[in-house]
Amino acid sequence: MVMTGPASAALAAHATARFGYGAAPGDLAQISRDPRGWVETQLGGLPPGLPAGFIDHPGSAPRLMELLAVRKLGQSEEAMARRKALQEAYRSDAATRTRVAASSDRPLIERLTQFWSNHFTVSTQRGEVAPLAVAFENEAIRPYVLGQFEEMARAAILHPAMLVYLDNAQSIGPNSKAGQKRKRGLNENLGREALELHTLGVHGGYDQDDVRALALILTGWTIDRQDGDGTAFFNPNTHEPGPKTLLGRTFPEEGAAEAPAAITMMANHKGTAKHVAVKLARHFIADDPPASAVNALERKFRETGGDLGAVTATLVGLDAAWEEPLAKLRSPNDFLTAALRATQLPLDEKQVVNALNLLGQMPFAAPSPAGWPDRAADWAGPDAVVRRVDWSLALGQRAGGRVDARLLLADTLGDLADAELVQMVARAPSPAEALALALSSPAFQRR
Amino acid sequence: MHRRHFLGAGMAAGLLAASPLKVAFADAATDKRLVLIVLRGAMDGLGAIAPYADPDYRSIRGELALAEPGQPDGLLDLDGYFGLHPALAPIHGWWAEKQLLAVHAIATPYRERSHFDAQDLLESGGAKPTGQKTGWLNRALDQVHGHGTGLGLALGQGVPLVMRGAVPVASWAPSPLPEPTTDFLNRVMDIYQKDKVLGPALSSGLGIADMAQMASGVPAGQPKPKDRQLMATTAGRMLADPAGPRVAVMDMQGWDTHVGQGSIKGRLPNALTDLAEVMGLLREGLGEAWSKSVIAVVTEFGRTVRPNGTGGTDHGTAGVALLAGGAIEGGRMLGKWPGLRDDKLYEGRDLAPTTDMRALLKAVLKDHLGVSTRALDAHVFPDGKNVRPLADVIRT
Repeated sequence: MVMTGPASAALAAHATARFGYGAAPGDLAQISRDPRGWVETQLGGLPPGLPAGFIDHPGSAPRLMELLAVRKLGQSEEAMARRKALQEAYRSDAATRTRVAASSDRPLIERLTQFWSNHFTVSTQRGEVAPLAVAFENEAIRPYVLGQFEEMARAAILHPAMLVYLDNAQSIGPNSKAGQKRKRGLNENLGREALELHTLGVHGGYDQDDVRALALILTGWTIDRQDGDGTAFFNPNTHEPGPKTLLGRTFPEEGAAEAPAAITMMANHKGTAKHVAVKLARHFIADDPPASAVNALERKFRETGGDLGAVTATLVGLDAAWEEPLAKLRSPNDFLTAALRATQLPLDEKQVVNALNLLGQMPFAAPSPAGWPDRAADWAGPDAVVRRVDWSLALGQRAGGRVDARLLLADTLGDLADAELVQMVARAPSPAEALALALSSPAFQRR
Repeated sequence: MHRRHFLGAGMAAGLLAASPLKVAFADAATDKRLVLIVLRGAMDGLGAIAPYADPDYRSIRGELALAEPGQPDGLLDLDGYFGLHPALAPIHGWWAEKQLLAVHAIATPYRERSHFDAQDLLESGGAKPTGQKTGWLNRALDQVHGHGTGLGLALGQGVPLVMRGAVPVASWAPSPLPEPTTDFLNRVMDIYQKDKVLGPALSSGLGIADMAQMASGVPAGQPKPKDRQLMATTAGRMLADPAGPRVAVMDMQGWDTHVGQGSIKGRLPNALTDLAEVMGLLREGLGEAWSKSVIAVVTEFGRTVRPNGTGGTDHGTAGVALLAGGAIEGGRMLGKWPGLRDDKLYEGRDLAPTTDMRALLKAVLKDHLGVSTRALDAHVFPDGKNVRPLADVIRT
């Protein structure tokens, strides 16, 4: 739908906030001809390969090889140095990720990538996950954000980063060859979270027996082997033999084929459609999204067998997506990304990492496998709000007058900035404070 | 320039009510102090406080069983039946002082094994995880004289569910960012006035930041403390301040020990070491106010009784809760011990719950903060009217 005039200009700012990281200078002018079209066009297939910022990224395999090599070195000085280098690589990855999102010309794809990687959270709370995390996102999430949910689920749940994070790499079938020989055995962590968080949802209709059955199905999927190449692999010696019954379906003994088949079944379970629909609507529309929006997403998910391109197109087409007020609060990560996008300030790697830490959301450092919370109240703690203001002022001072906050308001918030804010910014005693006011303003914090 | 001046001077009347400093701090609503420590990820209760005299303890705990008191790396005896994990040695002396007690086999009404639902319920105080939006501690504050305004403090940038609700609370975490001028903050407050979420949050955050700045001083020459340490010390001092907050909540992570839990060395001993340190620093920071203080340590559920296949434990049911402080009647183990025999376990795998978590929480709110039974039933734990508060937990 092509529109012209003021209504369309207002929708342009709305579109960038709801489906992106706000506007970069110039975005609104370009988008205002057809705000919906700007969003929809981004769903027309993924560009091949990774965004340019990741061009030199080695991916997870070399990182995992290095992790495994370092494990064998114990606590030697060399091991400490190499561990430090891996942590450094993670921080560099985190900064790159933020800049990629801030400069993307398809910000919806970045929002979707970050949404889904939060759905399939891996967290640096397990230290070894850190150097794998961005690679996990690029390998298991990004390629599928417009693809089939079941493919993403298989890739994510069986990715080395997930096998490490939720302990499956060490889980051993009690009756497997290795289980019989050694005293090690089953760990049900990944089995539980894959059902509860990744697919059916906590009220999706599974019980403790299903958790155990999935954990048994997943045994064998691990990361460490002689002559390994840094990918996940299936070790038949640690796999629990025999049939397993999951969600009422009995999987005969099929070794490596069991887990992908089980995940496929879970991904297509009706509970999963509902779970995913609620999370998408909550993330993109409102903390408590209208039931009609959730229902439409759920229906499309089921009709298409979890085609995320189709589901996202439905989301973008919902009236609620264009009519609901921008009442959500940007997460710290999204706020920083939006600030970089709006100001175009060239923060270096260390400055970006510091900002992420200070604002309280270092990427892939979620406190639990449930990922980062997604309601406004979760990010509106008094200290968190003070941080944003303090940090905005520090950024304003660093900008040293390079950004004209009055132009920034017009260029990136457009009609979202009311007359009072425009006046406050215009009257600020210094360029630094003007920029800080613009970035601190509710209009910039909301999405 | 202190932010406190800003709060006194330039704030809009509508926001003043949310200021932690102006209204209630001066008007001493209560002189009791309460710190709630939420151990996220489910602490292994049998690891923290072990029933070493239970005939089944050693066989069922296997590699995770600890040596008896008096032996090398052994448990620290509590009452001849239970022993404290040696990593909690710094608080072992509190037992003899009657300033530490534990409730074993305690659980919320939740009987599934999801961390997230269980935490939701632990914090909302309900009987079912329903995505409730307020926490029992905030609702309890509302029942304290002056409706609790300014009494609540969350340690960390955000406010956890247990402390969310109608009563405005502050939050604070150590930050290296420089402090803006009063003039600038007044300008920000102007543009926040109309925002019902950000306005009160900023106002509250600024108020506490100033107090924290004064309370968080580290003597010159001492090494820079970790955030966790600084948070505990500062919280203790802020709570000790007669004009400060009275009730604080703090999260601790790292309890989800599916792998490498360890008996003497490992994830659980590390986490317990941190916990003992935090409790010690709180006591130090509270100073004389310790005699009027309660620290409550709770977690969402316990873990499996038997070790799993990877040197850890999986999600279970009943666990342990701790109370410490000068205001408690300590030196006692509370709760009925269900035993560790196979047929006594919940669903054949977990410690069976015998005490409802709300019985402990109600006792603290009623006998320590003075919340009436009626208010507890009507507002704080409306789903738990039948749950009777534990008796004689607080010293009279």
